Amino acid sequence: MRRFVLIAVPYLWLLALFLVPFAIVFKISLSDIALAIPPYTPTLKDGLGALLAGLDFENFVFLTQDDLYWKAYVSSLQIAFISTLVTLLVGYPMAYAMARAPEEWRATLMMLVILPFWTSFLIRVYAWVGILSTEGFLNQLLLWLGVINEPLTILNTNWAVYIGIVYTYLPFMILPIYAAIERLDESLIEAAEDLGCSRLQAFWLVTIPLSRNGIVAGCFLVFIPALGEFVIPSLLGGSGTLMIGKVLFEEFFSNRDWPVASAVAVILLLILIIPIILFQRNEQRQQEAEQ
Amino acid sequence: MAQTVFAPWDDPQQKPLIQFVNVTKRFGDFVAIDNLTQDIYEKEFFALLGPSGCGKTTMMRMLAGFEAPTEGSILLSGKDIAGVPPNKRAVNMMFQSYALFPHLSVWDNIAFGLRRSAMGKDEIAARVEEMLTLTRLGKFGRRKPHQISGGQRQRVALARSLAKAPKLLLLDEPLGALDKKLRQDTQFELMDIQETTGTTFVIVTHDQEEAMTVASRVAVMDEGRIIQVATPEKIYEAPNSVYVADFIGDVNILEGTAKANGDESYAVDWGNSVPAIAASQRPFSDGQKAHLAIRPEKIAISAERPADAVNAVQGKVLDIAYLGNLSTYHVELPTGQVIKAQSANTRRVSRRAYTWEDPVWLSWSATAGVLLEA
Amino acid sequence: MNRLSPFNVVSLTFGFAFLYLPMLILVIFSFNESKLVTVWAGFSTQWYGTLFQNEAFLDAAWVTLKVAVMSSTLATVLGTMAAYVLVRGGRFMGRTLFSGMIYAPLVMPEVITGLSLLLLFIGIGMDRGVMTIVLAHTTFSMCFVSVVVSSRLSTFDRSLEEAALDLGASQFDAFRLVTLPIIAPAVISGWLLAFTLSLDDLVIASFTTGPAATTLPMKIWSSVRLGVSPEINALSSILIGIVSVGVITASLLSKRHAVRVRREEQAAQRVT
Repeated sequence: MRRFVLIAVPYLWLLALFLVPFAIVFKISLSDIALAIPPYTPTLKDGLGALLAGLDFENFVFLTQDDLYWKAYVSSLQIAFISTLVTLLVGYPMAYAMARAPEEWRATLMMLVILPFWTSFLIRVYAWVGILSTEGFLNQLLLWLGVINEPLTILNTNWAVYIGIVYTYLPFMILPIYAAIERLDESLIEAAEDLGCSRLQAFWLVTIPLSRNGIVAGCFLVFIPALGEFVIPSLLGGSGTLMIGKVLFEEFFSNRDWPVASAVAVILLLILIIPIILFQRNEQRQQEAEQ
Repeated sequence: MAQTVFAPWDDPQQKPLIQFVNVTKRFGDFVAIDNLTQDIYEKEFFALLGPSGCGKTTMMRMLAGFEAPTEGSILLSGKDIAGVPPNKRAVNMMFQSYALFPHLSVWDNIAFGLRRSAMGKDEIAARVEEMLTLTRLGKFGRRKPHQISGGQRQRVALARSLAKAPKLLLLDEPLGALDKKLRQDTQFELMDIQETTGTTFVIVTHDQEEAMTVASRVAVMDEGRIIQVATPEKIYEAPNSVYVADFIGDVNILEGTAKANGDESYAVDWGNSVPAIAASQRPFSDGQKAHLAIRPEKIAISAERPADAVNAVQGKVLDIAYLGNLSTYHVELPTGQVIKAQSANTRRVSRRAYTWEDPVWLSWSATAGVLLEA
Repeated sequence: MNRLSPFNVVSLTFGFAFLYLPMLILVIFSFNESKLVTVWAGFSTQWYGTLFQNEAFLDAAWVTLKVAVMSSTLATVLGTMAAYVLVRGGRFMGRTLFSGMIYAPLVMPEVITGLSLLLLFIGIGMDRGVMTIVLAHTTFSMCFVSVVVSSRLSTFDRSLEEAALDLGASQFDAFRLVTLPIIAPAVISGWLLAFTLSLDDLVIASFTTGPAATTLPMKIWSSVRLGVSPEINALSSILIGIVSVGVITASLLSKRHAVRVRREEQAAQRVT
């Protein structure tokens, strides 16, 4: 009995507030826009028969016809992919250096990586506005150094979005990679060297393959949320920056077209299902490997 | 039956394979190796034995190239190897943790070192197969390290480190992770493989039985120094110090003062009514403090005083440890000292000859013990 | 032995500079006299003064705090239960679905979570405000709590619970007297995580709120869309300060605890 309650409470909560809402999104994505409250038709009030009859794929057809949407999906994928790659290139050396640091430093270095993660995401993105703007600190510094003569336009371009994503998601990349490298038995590297590897060869043949799970986990942890990102493209990107999270938000709040917004969400979800399943599988494999 | 005994260390003509010359290694203030000089010869199975922190692992890591001596030099075939990095040394190591690459199959693990050399593909394949056969792993080449047993992993590690046919193989506690029964079988296997390949083995261990079983010579270490280097028999029967006597096997140490008692014979006053008579080639002056080390199995236990015994004392049985093949009796003397005596359980008796509180006689010959300087 | 190579030192230095310089600049310029945020005009704390007179910000801060405390507490209870079910629940119908529903919100884009919850609340005709934000925040942060707690639970020696049962404790007593004290650090950090996630959230709150409730991130959002302002810098500095002090204190405390345990163990070893 007690076990039943223990399972039922969180289970029902998640069913009601996680799964059912998705069903609703899916249903509305098949509905039509209406000048009513709520602004779509049919609703449950119309009866089940009419409800089912009133559903169609019109909104999805619309999404394929208006190239704003598929351009937004492609551009989101591209931005998320490039940012993930850059985050990996920045994060891996940091994670590696942390894992190779003297043991008494590691806890402090870890804390330094986690600390920004606890600070407000919005504030951290906002901090870049003052740095990247035309009269911002980066331009001031570069002008003063004589690297450039004219201020660069970075804010309100995709460059700013890349920087913002790399910056905010860097801890997500570092932590799993750090965990993988730190767990790596140092005698494996010594064994590789003993068997004739140079330092660099040992790194390629042993360290990289054995931190693969960490790399994969880190990349998914950056790629998946970056794909649906809203705050960063809205604040740092320009009018030319197309990202699906931003489109969805605007479709919903500015155009009040709930059925199309729902259809956008359903497709985003479908795109995300593949990386999410791959991510889960990677996590499971890692757990099995640990046991 | 003239068989030449393998003892290159007694032959001045032989050139040592490895020479430690006044090697000192410090980590900060800690002296891990203290001015150590030692030769190791080709085809030897050389064991470094000692408690943890005695410097045995540091010696091995210096041979592998993971540590450099602070002072002194290490020669391999007469050449100083100070500046040679581990990947350029004709020395391979079998790690205590085995350090098998978990992402590679058994086959690829063994081939790992070969692929780093300028060896052809077919040659590598042939060599790997040869190693798999040598270590009886033929069927397991495709498996990953986590899919085989601990004993098999140990053999993969051995095969991998032997694959490059190194001049010298270093084994860091190679059997530490195996259970006792498997360890004993594997010890003999190791000796066989060492003999077939003719490779020089240096093994680090804290298990004295293991060192005695496998090694041609054992070096007993303590605090960065080698206390004694000798064959297992000599280490056991003729330890050069109380430390070695105590470290290897079980021993009774009788503390007292020596007094000359004829030619190469001394009477040791150890607080008992009669002094112990002990033969010793090592000279002692009268009144010099001395320790008489006697192994328990060299002390006979009897109900009556043996008529011809050189040394005999009476006591009562305090404790009996039944070990199956042997029984160890702890006998308390009237002075309060406790002496251990061992006797073989040669017959399957249901009744013990002696039991607790029984008065017994302990006796031993003049050559049973070793007289050591205090 | 464990010396850092120059390459490692360089990557750490640049990495941490990248992580911390933007926030440092933000904090420094919150003390700028001028209204222009990128030109230094002298030291001043005036922006902190105006901030504390801005009722809209104070109201938003109060709403945010209420939401965060309620949702993180609820999320901790639910998340701990979910973690227990995941690690100790054994097999039951729909277990795969359950673990899927725990892990999926961790990576779900906020726009989707927010949108779907809003549509639910409208569908059932629930008035939107503080309560709906609390429900929304509880749902996604309970998953974070359950991940934190279940990782601690799975390394937990089960025989401790069995020993308690063997000594006559009931299932519930065993949990209350043995399991809970041992997993307490994980439960607390789960609560803190849920709390900061709630404090931080803009997107989900924007979707699920009604006209009556505005949270601090929403307030900040509507003003930063208009550009950089020194008042926001001041507010950000305060938030950064609170979090830094909190995280540093927590890690110092746990470090001191670890050192004490080690020292006591060493002392105990010497005695025996």
